[in-house]
Amino acid sequence: MTVSIQSSPFDMGAEVRRFANSVSGAGAIVTFSGLVRDDGGKLTAMEIEHYPAMTERAVEAIRVEAMERWALLGAVIVHRYGRLEPGEQIMMVATAARHRADAFAAAEFLMDYLKSRAPFWKKEIGPDGEQWVAARDDDEEALARW
Amino acid sequence: MIDVLYFAWLRERIGERSEQIETDAATVTELVEELRTRSEAHALAFSDMTAVRVAIDQDLAALDASLAGAREVAFFPPMTGG
Repeated sequence: MTVSIQSSPFDMGAEVRRFANSVSGAGAIVTFSGLVRDDGGKLTAMEIEHYPAMTERAVEAIRVEAMERWALLGAVIVHRYGRLEPGEQIMMVATAARHRADAFAAAEFLMDYLKSRAPFWKKEIGPDGEQWVAARDDDEEALARW
Repeated sequence: MIDVLYFAWLRERIGERSEQIETDAATVTELVEELRTRSEAHALAFSDMTAVRVAIDQDLAALDASLAGAREVAFFPPMTGG
């Protein structure tokens, strides 16, 4: 599976090993994992909503664009939805290339695009209430560099 | 007939995940004008369109996009994935 949208936790080590075994000729694999930040007790949980009919397609389109723009041998994306506790993994990307520059750049591109072009919405739940995470202007600006 | 979907705070403000709308709206802009008249909650949800994004048949679209042939229109705030 090159794109997986799931509520269940994932084993990053197992995912990366499976990915590494699925590509041949790679000289570099870059991995990134995003976690629910533990903000000193201010966060009880994070609830991630998504648009099931659109999510996988949108994420796959971003992955395909990365494959076209860099000399990648492969790319995988796992993104969770539902209720997550602080410290839990939200998502991961892994990219493989012959050389590290392509793998690093493509991984950053994937992260920038997943942030503001994949239909997920995060809500922070704390002891004093809950609120939707606002999109940041610099997330949108980050897209301009690609 | 168009299926209209809401996500995140739009869903909460309107109090519905989706609704079926009988409409002649030719564009998203016209559809939003119609939706605003459905209830105060709708009017509030659509009061600041700079905070609203739209997808037509699961593809991101502009707020003034055509609805020709559209079956599903989703409204949501700017995405916060990753």
